[in-house]
Amino acid sequence: MTSVLFLALRRLRLPIILLIAVYSIGVIGLVLIPGVDAQGRTWQMSFFHAFYFLSYTASTIGFGELPRPFSDAQRLWVTGIIYLSVVGWAYFLGSLLALVQDRGFRLALVTQRFEREVRGLSESFYVVCGYGETGSLICRALDRMGLQFVVLDIDGTRIDEVDLQGYARDTPAIVGDARVVENLVRAGITHRACRGVMAITSDDQANLAVAIAVKLLNPRTPVLCRAMSRDVAKNMASFGTDHIINPFQRFGEHLWLALHAPAVYRLISRLTGLPGTTLTAETTPPHGHWIVCGYGRFGREVIGCFDREGLEATVIDPEPQTEVGRRVVRGYGTEGGPLREAGVETAVGIVAGTDNDVNNLSIAVTAREINPKLFVVLRQNLEANRPLFGAFSADITMVSAEIVAYQSLSIVATPLLARFLGMAGTQDEPWASLLVARLEEVAGPVVAATWGVDINAAAAPAIHRVLMFEKNDVTLDALLRDPTLRVREIACVPLLLVRDGAEVLMPDAKTPLKAGDRLLFAGTNAARDLQRMTLRNVHARDYVILGRDRPAGWIWQWLSRRNDDAASTAGR
Amino acid sequence: MNLEKVVFGFFILLAATLNFGFVYGDIATPEHHDAYELFAVVVVNLIAAVLKFGDRTQIGAVHLATSLVAVLQLVAATLVWFYAVNVSPDGMTAGKLAGIVSLSAGALFANVVSVVLLVIETVMLRR
Repeated sequence: MTSVLFLALRRLRLPIILLIAVYSIGVIGLVLIPGVDAQGRTWQMSFFHAFYFLSYTASTIGFGELPRPFSDAQRLWVTGIIYLSVVGWAYFLGSLLALVQDRGFRLALVTQRFEREVRGLSESFYVVCGYGETGSLICRALDRMGLQFVVLDIDGTRIDEVDLQGYARDTPAIVGDARVVENLVRAGITHRACRGVMAITSDDQANLAVAIAVKLLNPRTPVLCRAMSRDVAKNMASFGTDHIINPFQRFGEHLWLALHAPAVYRLISRLTGLPGTTLTAETTPPHGHWIVCGYGRFGREVIGCFDREGLEATVIDPEPQTEVGRRVVRGYGTEGGPLREAGVETAVGIVAGTDNDVNNLSIAVTAREINPKLFVVLRQNLEANRPLFGAFSADITMVSAEIVAYQSLSIVATPLLARFLGMAGTQDEPWASLLVARLEEVAGPVVAATWGVDINAAAAPAIHRVLMFEKNDVTLDALLRDPTLRVREIACVPLLLVRDGAEVLMPDAKTPLKAGDRLLFAGTNAARDLQRMTLRNVHARDYVILGRDRPAGWIWQWLSRRNDDAASTAGR
Repeated sequence: MNLEKVVFGFFILLAATLNFGFVYGDIATPEHHDAYELFAVVVVNLIAAVLKFGDRTQIGAVHLATSLVAVLQLVAATLVWFYAVNVSPDGMTAGKLAGIVSLSAGALFANVVSVVLLVIETVMLRR
């Protein structure tokens, strides 16, 4: 508050001094000029009365002539003073209004409010740098998950959108360049409740700057970065950026996985994504001859994926770099000529991967007309074109904003998921199809919710207590049962158990739990809520483990303990 | 020569000298303490305080603090004066006047600190 107050005071210095001067002149005059009362005696105003009179006159309230009617000499003086004081007040108010409307002053106010809001955040939060398509997707999902976040973006209109979006929580948002460290600190990267920073601006260099700043100023805070080029990604990795997402590279990997191990691909798409979104009918890209339109950063990744799988691919590009051993056709691919030349009649699939959405659609439509059986992979650059891409219904649509957003979310919300996905990528097909079937059975044909459970005093007090103090064995099975009716199983699948750094994939229900275990589950949100009851409520826990309700009050507990003792002595 | 510094120094010094003039004399003798002079002290101190607004340096902050103290003391003194003349049934007494003068003597001390700060600032600059 102080800096804005001082700024205001400095700007208002002259008007305030003018007011003081007018008031003091007026008061002096009134005190010095004698008045005459009804009996003809002279009287003089005291300082107090002069100040009182001037206060109500100068502010145009005007109670009249107090404490007695004035003499003409006094009235003459007052006339002058009225004009002087009105000018003084007008000048003061004018300066005040000008100050309030001043851009710099308002910026100072906004910045200060933002700083106060961020400083006042008590629950853990994320800093999102860049509120573009990816950023807004992430923020919406974070909001739905009930997580707090702070937004920083260089564009003022985007920051206005944050307010219009109507998030469930108050979201501090500010206009600022993420490359400027001061802005990052203001946004709270050094705040003790900051749980992570996401650098997802469209500028690789800015993301890099954010990553370096966070790693130097607050090394323990995880940073997640979007990198469009491999060089920047390498640079980020060199100083320990925790997660780097290159959407093109990720898509290349996914496409390769879809070609190479369809079941694993289906598993991954079932676990990453916005929970609850319906999965489209899963199609496996065919093996054979492919055509790739556009040989930029995206095209290179796609070609890399075909090379890895040993598939033949022809490139169509207006300015192709000559590369050995690959057929290259010059052109845009939007007309039939270059497509036919590239062999569209005999090809099994086409990738429309230029950086122009209209061209991509045009390529896809033309190619399908020539060869209706083509498998079409379509790259969508702008979120605004979604209706067009929805109408075309390609076999795979690649939206880089979505890839970055969903990857970031799954990493942020459930850190174990990244570990699980890494392990799942190396599993064989039958294992993956089995798990996909389990997930389908549990959560239906939608993206399953995933959540981590830490068996510690904060996240799972009831279970932790029984493990630490009551020394009873609890198996994983307890977390898979419905705390309202224990014979029923809840809709979730345990995916991963991490104990002392060692990972157990798909842990068995009979596994005994230990304090400090970290678990990853996939299933429905309803199942998650039920499980949370077992984790936190001692009565729900006892019911699930022992199958009976535990008396809640001290007296009933004492009575039941007596009964237990009696039963055990009788049994002996 | 900087006109701003002239005005600044003028008001700070004037605030101190006027204040001294008001306080000077026997503490309970009404003839030694003039109402007009107290009024002038209040006005000049207010202006001095406003002139100190907006300086964000450490010494500027202390400057402002001393002025605020002086203004606070003087406002208290004028309120006592008002009470003595307009409210109290026995009017201005020696005791009340002593209270007024001692309050403004406190303000004088703050003003002296202000002048000392001004001198220190000038010596530091040596320009």
